[in-house]
Amino acid sequence: MARQISFADAINEAIKETMRNDENVILLGEDVAGGADLDHLGDEDAWGGVMGVTKGLVQEFGRDRILDTPIAEAGYVGAAVSAAATGMRPIAELMFNDFIGSCLDEVMNQGAKLRYMFGGHAKIPLVIRTMHGAGFRAAAQHSQTLYGMFTAIPGVKVVVPSSPADAKGLLISAIEDDDMVVFFEDKTLYNVKGEVPEGHYTIPIGKADIKRSGDDLTIVAIGKQVNTALTAADQLAQKGIEAEVVDPRSLSPLDENTILKSVQKTSRLVIVDEANPRCNAATDISALVADKGFDYLDAPIKMVTAPHSPVPFSPALEDLYLPSPEKILAVVSELIDDESIVTI
Amino acid sequence: MRVSEVQQESLTAAKAKWMYQKMVEIRRFEDQVHETFSTGTIPGFVHLYAGEEAVAVGVCSHLDDKDYITSTHRGHGHCIAKGCDLKGMMAEIYGKATGLCKGKGGSMHIADVSKGMLGANGIVGGGFPLATGAGLSAKLRKTGGVAVCFFGDGANNHGTFHEGINQAAIWDLPVIFVAENNGYGESTPFEYASSCKSIADRATGYNIPGETVDGKDTMAVYEAAQRAVERARNGEGPSLIECVTYRNYGHFEGDAQTYKTQGEREQHLNELDAIIRFREQLLSNNLATEDELHSIDENVRQAVADAVEFAEKSPMPEADQLTTDVYVNYKPGGEE
Repeated sequence: MARQISFADAINEAIKETMRNDENVILLGEDVAGGADLDHLGDEDAWGGVMGVTKGLVQEFGRDRILDTPIAEAGYVGAAVSAAATGMRPIAELMFNDFIGSCLDEVMNQGAKLRYMFGGHAKIPLVIRTMHGAGFRAAAQHSQTLYGMFTAIPGVKVVVPSSPADAKGLLISAIEDDDMVVFFEDKTLYNVKGEVPEGHYTIPIGKADIKRSGDDLTIVAIGKQVNTALTAADQLAQKGIEAEVVDPRSLSPLDENTILKSVQKTSRLVIVDEANPRCNAATDISALVADKGFDYLDAPIKMVTAPHSPVPFSPALEDLYLPSPEKILAVVSELIDDESIVTI
Repeated sequence: MRVSEVQQESLTAAKAKWMYQKMVEIRRFEDQVHETFSTGTIPGFVHLYAGEEAVAVGVCSHLDDKDYITSTHRGHGHCIAKGCDLKGMMAEIYGKATGLCKGKGGSMHIADVSKGMLGANGIVGGGFPLATGAGLSAKLRKTGGVAVCFFGDGANNHGTFHEGINQAAIWDLPVIFVAENNGYGESTPFEYASSCKSIADRATGYNIPGETVDGKDTMAVYEAAQRAVERARNGEGPSLIECVTYRNYGHFEGDAQTYKTQGEREQHLNELDAIIRFREQLLSNNLATEDELHSIDENVRQAVADAVEFAEKSPMPEADQLTTDVYVNYKPGGEE
């Protein structure tokens, strides 16, 4: 069997691969090493990131390239933008995507727009790695899923991997990409293991992946919700319903063709997105299919999302907040006239 | 150490015992959360305040319910010092329906607006503008209230530090900015992350008073806060107090704390401990007797045990609570 490593280790490897290949790649963020300037730690990191994702990097690359920053997101994300514009290839870690509130200007008004405003006379080869997602009991300011917000901004590419192998290949692509990429890591995926190739490899940004083939309906799911969709698809298969699970892998650019071709084949579409229900990736993909694939559809497009509320702390409520296989089955039962689906 | 005569005048025995009780409540509460968290009963992240009691209590002893505080992710101590109910707090940390925020906020967002406690906060630096706004509100509504912004050394490098304090200063708002410099922003030393020698030095740039005190000396915090609160209540504007302190536990529960040295930890848990020191001060100045303090210790132990029992026995929120409290008034789908 091929080598299995965790989602977190896959990300760590991607950073290592690119840093070994290109000395202009640097990593900066809060406690990405930790314990800066402490004699008793020597070369050791104290944390290697709050979740340990970047552990060990400082030992190999040193503190000139693995930079602990003050807790000042506007400061270091902004610095990463202009370091990128002036020849570096930085990876800025925004510990939680919720903290974008503290540095949105640097992303939205600076990084995303410089190239356009300068008439193409600049490029911003910057990756902002950020953690997102509910299910960790981390409450309203540490659990959001905000990739939809970034997808709306021209000048930003948005990547949301669902598996360790995708995470590694997509992150290497993102770091080597000449544009700004916001790379979303679901905190509940970090310990999930999967087969991951050794060494350097890339997965193109803008290429969806069909995670499961099927003829009866298409489920487009984003990030860890791909796994929720796959679970639902397995349950549907027990009823003889074959769902095709499409993982866009990047939301900007979006592989429209793969989604439309799948819907053309299945005639039914469910979109699973754990973001809030308004103006999110699900509504965007829904609009795409309504616009360009209306004739393929035999039933209304259905969305399974979080409700229009902040992420609750209480486990009892947070479990209800997230999409689930049951919620997917419930909407599938509306598309495919078979009441027994909901009781699978 | 002797409490000075001036302090003795301002600090009655009753007040001193209240302060001791609050400090012990914080310590016991946090030690309990630490213990329970390790069993897996408490969901999510918790950031414990144990070790920093002198700051919250030394400052909040000058406040009442009309005064506001903003807090941090390390907020339990501020909540207790500002009068939040231990049972409601513990239930909130457990995610129960009886929690102060109905289980919706959790440890990092405990609030009790009726007590002037404007919330623990998950965003570093979130409190500066909020405290400034609360100070503006108190000034314009002429309530006589003040607002206190508790913040960590990590937050003193955040952009909101500058914006919040500058605004409070130009408008002479009744705000007290209280830095809790516990030496580490997460795992990063203060000396690495901050270009200043002390956080108090930064007050100069805003033309407001700034001073550094031993944040583990309850009376030193008490006195500095008294000066700042009086100045604020007199309409003379904001102050900045830096309290040099230490957190007994990690940044969050589960933090291995390799950035700390064994020596510093032992020193802070023993001879530098704020509660031990304050206890000795109370006894040597005849502000309390051994029996009285012992009885406080026992009552607090019981109160925290009661809070745990209350939290454990309380129900989880009902499903329909998921989408309530988002708005005051909202019609999904709009008006008919």
